[in-house]
Amino acid sequence: MFKWLHPYANPEVSYNFCGKLQPWLFRISTIFLVIGLVWALLFAPADYQQGDSFRIFYIHVPAAILAMGIYFAMASAALASLVWQFKLADASAAAMAPIGAVFTAIALITGAAWGKPMWGTWWIWDARLTSELILLFLYLGVIALHNAFEDKNLAGKAAGILSLVGVINLPIIHYSVEWWNTLHQGATVSKLGAPSMSAVMYWPFLICLLGFSFLIAALVCLRFRTEVLARNSMRPWVRELAINSLRSEQQISCNSQQCHSNNPNQGTK
Amino acid sequence: MTQASPRSIDKKTIDKKTIEKSTLKQNALPPSINHNNKLSYRGAFNLVVKRDLTIALRHKDDILNPLLFFIIVVTLFPLGIGPEASTLSRIAPGIIWVAALLATLLSLDRLFKADHGDGSLEQMLLSPHPVFVLVLAKIVAHWLITGLPLLIVAPLLAVLLHLNEQSYGALMLTLLLGTPVLSLLGAIGVALTVGIKKGGVLLSLLVLPLYIPVLIFATSAIDTAALGLPYGGQLAIIAALFFGSLTLAPFAVGAALKVSTN
Repeated sequence: MFKWLHPYANPEVSYNFCGKLQPWLFRISTIFLVIGLVWALLFAPADYQQGDSFRIFYIHVPAAILAMGIYFAMASAALASLVWQFKLADASAAAMAPIGAVFTAIALITGAAWGKPMWGTWWIWDARLTSELILLFLYLGVIALHNAFEDKNLAGKAAGILSLVGVINLPIIHYSVEWWNTLHQGATVSKLGAPSMSAVMYWPFLICLLGFSFLIAALVCLRFRTEVLARNSMRPWVRELAINSLRSEQQISCNSQQCHSNNPNQGTK
Repeated sequence: MTQASPRSIDKKTIDKKTIEKSTLKQNALPPSINHNNKLSYRGAFNLVVKRDLTIALRHKDDILNPLLFFIIVVTLFPLGIGPEASTLSRIAPGIIWVAALLATLLSLDRLFKADHGDGSLEQMLLSPHPVFVLVLAKIVAHWLITGLPLLIVAPLLAVLLHLNEQSYGALMLTLLLGTPVLSLLGAIGVALTVGIKKGGVLLSLLVLPLYIPVLIFATSAIDTAALGLPYGGQLAIIAALFFGSLTLAPFAVGAALKVSTN
């Protein structure tokens, strides 16, 4: 059933596949983000209560949603690596962790910037802020565990177990914190049922969300490729790749500087 | 204890070394495991618990130090905040529980470290008994050594902090149900970091976020009890956390130990 997936277990194949995918993802995300952000920041109507400061919503909410989403993606990659022993799944989980941490930080910072005009303080011990902060701690734990091991294969397995434990705990933490204290406005956007905001505001938000998702996919591709290269640095195909890129660089610099024929590197292969 | 003369300290350390040697010899080849491979699950469980308790009783510092830490942390709060009884009784549940979290965290290190150092951990993983049973036994022993003393000292500290008289029952019940959760979840973190040289700080980063639900519901139960309201709901949730982690955490610990010992 999954026969078409098998070739991608080879690091070289998936490296090249991500290489092809990456520029397209970057282009798509740029298009979506430009359209979405311009529409959201310039043309969408201002909120009748919150004024223009509500526009940070278009960055804050996608970042918060995707921060949680990346954690689940990372945990499913970790599950695939633990259950089916896909080594590349480890590499992708390692690629996702810092991106997720950055998006969590973006959500926190934009949330603080939004909270200042709306609630009058930068920080409030509100349920969602707190659970987002704890999500950041979980990400930092996974990253720290990755860095603590010398052997990257071991690091991947250990961090995978931690992210699975975290994914079980995440809903528990979320609901316990919510039960503890809540001030945050209720969820504006939900998949089920009609959104409690007008379509004029809703569409730019969706476009921004898509744009950020494609941006994350592109960044994950980028980091995944470097991760694959770092883990397979002793393999022949990586060496060939390195030599080829070195040669093409030399050719470029030769073309631009009218290369001398007695270049010492020319003869070595 | 802290004012002991240098000579007595010397003597103590020497004693400790000889004791360690003797425990090593005894624990290297537990006769019942080697000669009787048909040990039942319960037998293996009891054996590991007994072994860990014996080792702990021979190193009494391991039991006493986290407990002293717990007491000292709690006494620091009135010094920092001020001695007003009303303020203290308001924040007493939080102080006691945060101190319990930190004391557990401090004591977690000894759960697998010594066994990893002398190789008995690998023998345990190689033994024919399921890792789940052995890991659970080690965690139970750890709780008996570190969680139970906290439970015994807690009422005393509650008196020092002027805890509301109505909430003593809630305090004891939450500690009874909550500290095993701390040991179980903490064991996952220790198992992940046991192979790393400087795992101590990393351990707190990994484990403390996972402790948050216990902290929230435990302190909330104690606060509710202080108002004279029923706190069964919070207790039920802590119990659910306890049984959930009791059934799931040993699997994660086993997997993590296999990664760490490689």
